[in-house]
Amino acid sequence: MNSVKHPPAGGRASGGAPRTIDVVRATLARRHASERRFRRYGITAIVTALAFLAFLFSSVLVKAHGVLQQTYIALDVHLDAGVVDPQGNRSPDSLREGDYGALIKDALRDAFPDVKERREQRDLFALVSPGAVFDLRTAVMQDPSLVGATRMFWVPANDDVDMLEKGVMRRESAEGERRLNDQQVKWVDQLVAAGRVELRFNSRFFLGSDSREPEMAGIWGAVVGSFYTLLVALSLSFPLGVAAAAYLEEFAPKNRWTDLIEVNINNLAAVPSIIYGLLGLAVFINVFGVPRSSPLVGGLVLTLMTLPIIIISGRAALKSVPPSIREAALGVGASKMQMVMHHVLPLAMPGMLTGTIIGMAHALGETAPLLMIGMVAFIVDIPQGITDPATVLPVQIYVWADSPERAFVERTAAAIVVLLVFLVVVNAAAVILRKRFERRW
Amino acid sequence: MSKTATLIATAVAAVLWVPASQAQTSRDYINVVGSSTVFPFSTTVAERFGKGSKFKTPKVESTGSGGGIKLFCEGVGVQYPDVTNSSRRIKKGEVETCAKNGVTEVVEVKIGYDGIVVANSKKNAPSKISLKDIYLALAKDVPDPKGGDKMVRNPYRTWKEVNPELADRKIEVLGPPPTSGTRDAFVELAMEGGCKKVPACAALEKTDKKAFEAAFKGIREDGAFIEAGENDNLIVQKLEANPNAYGVFGYSFLDQNADKIQGAVIDGVAPDYESISSARYPVARSLYFYVKKAHLDVIPGLREFVAEFTSEKASGPDGYLADKGLISLPPDLRAQVRDDARAMKPLVLE
Repeated sequence: MNSVKHPPAGGRASGGAPRTIDVVRATLARRHASERRFRRYGITAIVTALAFLAFLFSSVLVKAHGVLQQTYIALDVHLDAGVVDPQGNRSPDSLREGDYGALIKDALRDAFPDVKERREQRDLFALVSPGAVFDLRTAVMQDPSLVGATRMFWVPANDDVDMLEKGVMRRESAEGERRLNDQQVKWVDQLVAAGRVELRFNSRFFLGSDSREPEMAGIWGAVVGSFYTLLVALSLSFPLGVAAAAYLEEFAPKNRWTDLIEVNINNLAAVPSIIYGLLGLAVFINVFGVPRSSPLVGGLVLTLMTLPIIIISGRAALKSVPPSIREAALGVGASKMQMVMHHVLPLAMPGMLTGTIIGMAHALGETAPLLMIGMVAFIVDIPQGITDPATVLPVQIYVWADSPERAFVERTAAAIVVLLVFLVVVNAAAVILRKRFERRW
Repeated sequence: MSKTATLIATAVAAVLWVPASQAQTSRDYINVVGSSTVFPFSTTVAERFGKGSKFKTPKVESTGSGGGIKLFCEGVGVQYPDVTNSSRRIKKGEVETCAKNGVTEVVEVKIGYDGIVVANSKKNAPSKISLKDIYLALAKDVPDPKGGDKMVRNPYRTWKEVNPELADRKIEVLGPPPTSGTRDAFVELAMEGGCKKVPACAALEKTDKKAFEAAFKGIREDGAFIEAGENDNLIVQKLEANPNAYGVFGYSFLDQNADKIQGAVIDGVAPDYESISSARYPVARSLYFYVKKAHLDVIPGLREFVAEFTSEKASGPDGYLADKGLISLPPDLRAQVRDDARAMKPLVLE
């Protein structure tokens, strides 16, 4: 709108020359239209992006919600002392050796006494998760007084039964087209009628570790792996990054070498992350002998990846501290070191922390560099430290997405939700930090 | 401030020094690498083994067959893997690399079969094709349809052009990329097998070995064959969305998604458990794992892990791996494999 006033209206001598205001009026409609058009483009772009986002979230959430529940089957298990406790002394070693699978099979046979044929029995046993054996063992080992008793246990159903109960597997499809045959569906219906099938809250998904049986698989192992990996990455990249940024910004002389370093740091921030994985494999694993698949090597690789981001954002934060602070500090007799440590760094810290958090969020979602260093793996034991084999959340999503079992679809989606929640929390922390502590000059 | 700085520096130094001292000493879990096709089976055994025995759960990495053998052959010692899975047999050159690095004794264990299916959506009619049709539809260069021995760029656009009995539909096949073991096996079994059924192509085998290999190894790049990545679930989803397309992937994905997709009958044989197990289905391959003999007494539980994998309750026809889609070996071969694995008979390649 400024341009309307710019050449003083009617500034020229009246005569043949058109008045500026006329020129402006003639083009005004066109300029307004172009402005409206531009706004419409902008709104369309934002609406499209939001629509994609909404589609992504809704499709993930719709798929993921099923994971909150898991089908359980109630079985009356007779914990025969001879089977459960072969040594007969109720010691953990003896209880561990018990043949719990046989007990579950017995319980199923008792529930369906008509099933005699071997093939049929096999189909019947397939209704219960293979993990039920370990659940039963854990229960008995925690409470050895159960030995000899007959108790009702709720054991996890197999993933196929779970899919049937959740309606993913369609009852009406022909027998050959679903994983459960007609007889098995009938058994499940009988169990349902007897009140022996229940959908329960699936705490195992949040507290368990990876498994090849979808009904036994959980996310906790990957969460712990991600935690250790990021802990290593943070404890290395933050001090290194801050020190590098402070040195380059406050102490380093301006010459060709520091220019070269600066250009290189900027370039490193744009290097594809898999390159860091290759570097990690060559240097950390092959030269230094850091254990493969450990959060330690993962953290080291992610440190390399996030360092440039932290250095660049750190330098920007240092630059935004006004020179008057530095001059005032020096003016009252502080040394350069004191000036940086006592005044400049504390003032730049919120900005540096924001950069670090964004770098960490970036590292949290990374899989490509971890592929090369063996973290794309199946790991059941929850890592106890930074040298144990571990996997991380995005890798867990990748591994589940690649599994043939239908029940892993909802688990994949749920793992994506968990990862997104973590990312949102981390980014929200960055925003709050900035809002609360950042000073504007 | 300086105190904190010293503290941080010490922490960093500690973190960096821990591994160097711990790395080379010992390992109390089994390290498995290798094929993504064997991964679902290997992980199932690993989990059962870990939960059912006093040993730790083995770590299983999915690196691909070639990548696994490469890691496996790097040497003897706790930092190298103990077992590698493979969806193809180890090659002579790889055994030599192994031996050069000190891995002289390797035990080969065959665990079962995997069928490769050509499937389409149930929304469309099931199809009956031959290896010859597959070859003619997908090879980059085919013998000139107008006659003669010359190889020309694949001119076929629809299945009907390939074989008048097939549907008049555009050729659209989603399959794995060249890095995948499934692709290797598909090329070797379906494409080479199909090439041999075409006289002009089969003749090349005798006259010009190189041209023969080129004839079946090259797959169309003009859009008829679409590389859909390593994720077979993705191919299944794409087939559902596009009923006219076909997908190439492992049998276990057909088994899990039988309500959505159907396997094409190839040379008169439908892909099912029995036909693959009895080797009647033409596009089936063997799956293996290899054990480093030198690690047997170093890594706790390795011997027991091999025993678990080859046991009847795992890889037998009623075993838990059958539920995961593994097709077991015939009984006599199974018994022999089990005995050889127990005895840790080292592999000798002719």
